[in-house]
This record gives sequence, C-alpha cells and structure tokens, in this order.
Amino acid sequence: MIPRHLLIAMSVLLVAALSLSLYAWHVRGTVASTPIASTDTRPLAPPVAGPTERVTLFVAHDNDGSLRPEPALIPLPSGRQQRAEELLRAVLSIYLDKSSPHVLGSGADVRTVFLVDPGVAVIDLNSAFADTHRSGVLVEELTVTSLIHTISANTPGILKVKILVDGKERETLAGHADLISFYDVTAVNQLATQLQPAQ
Amino acid sequence: MRWTNGSRRAGVPPAVRSASPAPSLPPGGLFLIFTFTLVGATLISAILLSAAPPEKHLVVFSIAANYSLPLVQREGRVYVGLLEFLEPLGKVSAKLEGPHWRLRYNNNAEGVFQIGKTHARVQGRDADLSGRFLIENNRGLVPVASLPSLLPRFLGGPVTLHEASGRLFIGSVGTHFTAALSAENPPRLIFHFTAPVNPSVATEPGALRMTFSREPLVAPASPTLTFGNRTIPSAIYSESNGAAVVTVNASIPVMATFSGDGRTITISSTAAIATAGPQTTTPPVPGTAANGAPPTNPAQPGEAPLPNPAAPLPSPTRRYFAVVDASHGGDDHGETLSSTLLEKDVTVALARSLRQELESRGIPTLVLRDSDANLSLDQRAIFANTDHSAIYIAIHAASNGHGVRVYTALLPFDGDDRGTFRNWSTAQHASLPLSQSAAAAVAAELQRRQIPVRTLTAPLRPLNNVLGPAIAVEVAPQGSDSTQLTAPDYQQLVTSAVATAIAATRDQLGAAQ
Repeated sequence: MIPRHLLIAMSVLLVAALSLSLYAWHVRGTVASTPIASTDTRPLAPPVAGPTERVTLFVAHDNDGSLRPEPALIPLPSGRQQRAEELLRAVLSIYLDKSSPHVLGSGADVRTVFLVDPGVAVIDLNSAFADTHRSGVLVEELTVTSLIHTISANTPGILKVKILVDGKERETLAGHADLISFYDVTAVNQLATQLQPAQ
Repeated sequence: MRWTNGSRRAGVPPAVRSASPAPSLPPGGLFLIFTFTLVGATLISAILLSAAPPEKHLVVFSIAANYSLPLVQREGRVYVGLLEFLEPLGKVSAKLEGPHWRLRYNNNAEGVFQIGKTHARVQGRDADLSGRFLIENNRGLVPVASLPSLLPRFLGGPVTLHEASGRLFIGSVGTHFTAALSAENPPRLIFHFTAPVNPSVATEPGALRMTFSREPLVAPASPTLTFGNRTIPSAIYSESNGAAVVTVNASIPVMATFSGDGRTITISSTAAIATAGPQTTTPPVPGTAANGAPPTNPAQPGEAPLPNPAAPLPSPTRRYFAVVDASHGGDDHGETLSSTLLEKDVTVALARSLRQELESRGIPTLVLRDSDANLSLDQRAIFANTDHSAIYIAIHAASNGHGVRVYTALLPFDGDDRGTFRNWSTAQHASLPLSQSAAAAVAAELQRRQIPVRTLTAPLRPLNNVLGPAIAVEVAPQGSDSTQLTAPDYQQLVTSAVATAIAATRDQLGAAQ
C-alpha cells in the first residue's frame, strides 16, 4: 500500500513536470518564430578605456576628391600602438556609414597597427577592407592618404608606413594604389596638402 | 574525231583477226582510254586542290626572328605546336612523361602540360589554356588563343596576338605609320613608317594596295584614315592571312614611290610623276640610280613586288619617343565603369587614339598593350626602361569625378641607388622634375580646352619604376554618364590635348632621352 502523502507528492511533481514541459514547448515556438537579426560580420573591437581626447581626422570626400581635416572627440588608450588603432577605427567608422562622403564596403576594419622603431608603422587591414574597396586611382589614393595622414598627424615620429592586408603583402589596394612599397610620410603629407579642397 | 590505225591492222594475219572476240578494241584503244583517264584525273585533282582552303599559318614577329608556323584545327579551335613556336626564339626542349609534357625554355622557364587538361603549370603558376592540351606525334599543341597569356611566362615580355589575321608580335616590334595628305593639286599621300618597309604593291581601278607580308606593321588608331579630299579620299588598314594591307582609294591613277631608306612611301598621281621627271622619286633600288635607270618604282597591275633589298632589316633597337601604356588588361579588368564597360577596354581605345594623335604630330609612339593581354606592372616598367623613350604615359579611366587627372609618381620611402644601379622603387627619382613639367603642360592644355583637370602625385605603379619622364592620365567623364568615356569625340578631345602638350614639350623631353 502506497502512503497517501507519497501519492499526493508524486501527483504534484507530475503536474509540475507537465506544466514546465508545456511552457518549454511554448518558449521554443516563440523563439523559432522570432526573425533572426541580420548578422554583422564586423570584428568586435574591445571597449576602449581611456580619457576622451580631441584629435584631427583626415576624411576623404569623393564628390570633389578632397581630404578634409575634421576634429573629433574619441576615447584613446594610453598605449601608442592602441592609440593608432583607435584613430584609424574612428576614420573607418565614418566611412562605414552609408551616408559617408567616402563609403567603404561593410566589414572593412583595421586588424592591428604595429609601431616599430625607428618611425615605422605597419597597418594591417582585413581582407574585407581591400576586397570591397572601389577601384580607381583617385578613390584608392584618398583612402590610403586618409589613413596615413590621420595616423601620422596624431602619432608623432612616424616616418614610413607599410600597409598589409590580412597580415600579407598585396600588390595594390583595388588595382591602383601601390601596397608593395613603404609610404614616405613626408610625401604623403605633401599629397594631403594637394588634396585639400579648393578655397 | 575518228581513230584509224589501218597500217597496224594490216600486219595482223586474217586467221588471228577472225579469232578475236567481237566487238574488239582497236589496238590503240587502250592508249586512248589511258590518256583520257589521266587527263580526267589531272583535271579533277586540279579542281579539288583549287577548292581546298589555303593552309592557315601564324606569322610571328620578334626581335630575334620573323617566322611562320602552320596551324591546325582541332576540337573547333585553332592549335599550334608550342615547341615549334619557341624553337626560333631560344634553346628549348620537351619531354613526354606519361600524360605530362614538360617543356623547358632557355633553362630558366619550365612548363608542365597534361594531355586533355585546359590548365598548365608554368613557372609554378597555373595558366589557362582556353582549350585542351593535345599531343600529336610527340608534338605538344596548344590553342592559339592561349598564347598571349602563356608566352609571357616563358619569354618574360608582352605578346600581342591578332588572332583573326594570324599575326603575333613578341615585344615592341610593331612598325607604326602615319599618313598625311599634302595640299598640292593633285595631292600626294605620304606614309611615314617607323622602320623600313618593302611591301608588294598592286593597283586596281580606284585603289592602290600595299601588302606588308614581312613587316610587323600594326594598325593606326582608326583602321580607316579619311583625308577629306576627292582625289585621295581615304586609306584603309586591314589584316588577313598573316599580312597587313593598306589600301589607298583614289579617283585618279596613282603610283607608289619609296624614299627615306624605305621609311617613306609617297602615293601620287602617275601624271604628276611623269611631268616632274625622275628626280621626284628616289626609290631605294640598288643599281638603278647608278646606271641611270629611272628611279621611279611605279606599281604594276596585279601583284608586283617592289624590289627593295637595299632597305635595312627592321632595327631591333628601334626607339620611340613616347610609350603609351593602356593600363590593366587580361584578368585585370581595372574599374568596372558600368555593367557593360570595363576600364581595361577604355584604356586601350584611349591609348590607340593617343598614338594616332601623337604620330600625326610626328612623334613615334608605341602602345604597350594593344590587345587584351596580361602585363604585370614590372613588365610594363621594364619595357618602358629598355625602350629609352622620352616619355611614358599610363592611361587610366574612372567613373568617379569629372574630367581628367594627371599624375606623377609619389615616390615611396626606400633605399638609395647603389653606384650605377638604380633602386627599383625609386627609379623615377631623377626624372621627376621633367615628369612634373610634362604633367603641368598636359594639364594646361586640357584646361585651355575647357576640360576639368587636376595634377596630383599618386602611389601608382609603375610610375615610380620608370627611369625616364613618366605621367599617368586618368580620364573620367565630364558628367555622371560613364558611357562618355567610349565616345570618340570625347576620347579625341582628351588625347588631342595630351598629344599637343607632349609635342610642345618635345624638345625638353627629347633632350633628356
């Protein structure tokens, strides 16, 4: 003979189990019917810790083929290398906006920046940056000049810059701008002056 | 006609005659049948042979040798023997190992081809053959269409194929020409060639035809040259069966005379030459001038080759004043300007137009890429440097922006020259001031013609690898319509301005050559 209190406990547990099963079934159905948000393939940068600083970004404008200085307030870490990366990400965040004056393909990002003494900066871009870049002498030149001039203007001591794509050498950015050679920062700064909008 | 041979019959005894089967052939009948059969067979053979299509050949022009190779039709494609192709150009050997055919050229380039495969490995890289590789009697056959992409891997230089006419050019061997009509009455049409030529000349009613079967003559920017004159209205360039043909249309009888060591051909009225006397023409026919024979060399009706053995062979070290480089090509499309328009196609059209404009101003010009060939940036620079031209002009096209951008090299950060050896990355360094003044002259001329223009430096190879003055011209539409880039009027507006500026700075650039 099963004791009565045991029967009651068993019944309560059975009802609870059934209820939980029904609830789980309901939740599963709800999740299945909810549309999955579009996937953003961009790599997620770690949150930047550091005081906000006023910097000058050099932003390309396709409509008149110019490079314009634009002040910005961005949080910058204390490390020199991390600062350089954040500066470039700040420029890219402008270009990734669809209403940008110089749109880059989605997913374009800076993988890392190496600062090597004496005065060498190596910018490693991801493949989406180069693969989705528009082709043309001026349009590629604007991108390269924007990155190099921004990093050199805000990071003193850089004399030459090398651009890699996914950690490897690439002949050109998108068929025109040379990525084999080291860029001479002085020459790029002069080019940036040439690219200033006509007064 | 009736055959009678009674005298022979008379010698045969009657008994034998009666014993012969009836009806019997006359004794000469066999001979008659044999003769008719022979004649018939000869006639049929002649008809069949004349109806057979002529054997197709590929004529190869190179600095080392000019030669012709037989082509064969296989699997709906035209094939050529690769070993036979390379033999006149250098030391070549081939070995068949199972399904693999190994080809070695000058001990520094090796290709491995597999029977039935459409790809090969040349210099460790994959090469598309655009058709299956075939072996016949140990001969490796490749489609002719694959030669422009395949041969540069072996030869290290650009190859231009004119597939329809069976002509192939290795390196910058093309002979270019200009045509100018004099203002006299009746007019004279003067052809200037960049190398001595010796065509076969033929006349027919209303036209004079010059056939260049031995010379690597290449097309002007437009195959039809119009002169706006009733007497000599036009000249047409065409190619067929390995030869280039220039047909001059004329409403009066004309003849061709040679001068300038075979570099100049003057087409003029036969009446004018007769009136002016023999002094007007000086064809390079040996002996004729010395022995007092008329030095004129009139074209004869039909194919009448003009003897010109005194003319030197085309010089392998021919120099051009300008090298025009149609950027991109082959697998490298450049910018996709529209859904149907690629940058590589626009640059070729612009380069040809620029060559026409430059040559009409008397500037010998070489177009570095005159077909849809793959050319690396290093190869382009090597060609520009070995040619020692006075100026290198790279042509680009863009949908972005308005008008024209003229670029000079943005020199990279790199090491210094070592003695007489120039650093490859900064080879342009010494010529940069001249490049900048050429760019400024081009920009000024474009501006004068109301075309929006900018001058900039650019990290654009191979500008920095070129030793002499070098500029790049990027042509964008004046508005937002990319199809303007293909409009002949717009192309000519731009190229004419560039050519005028180059002609204006010719002395300055030539002094540095």
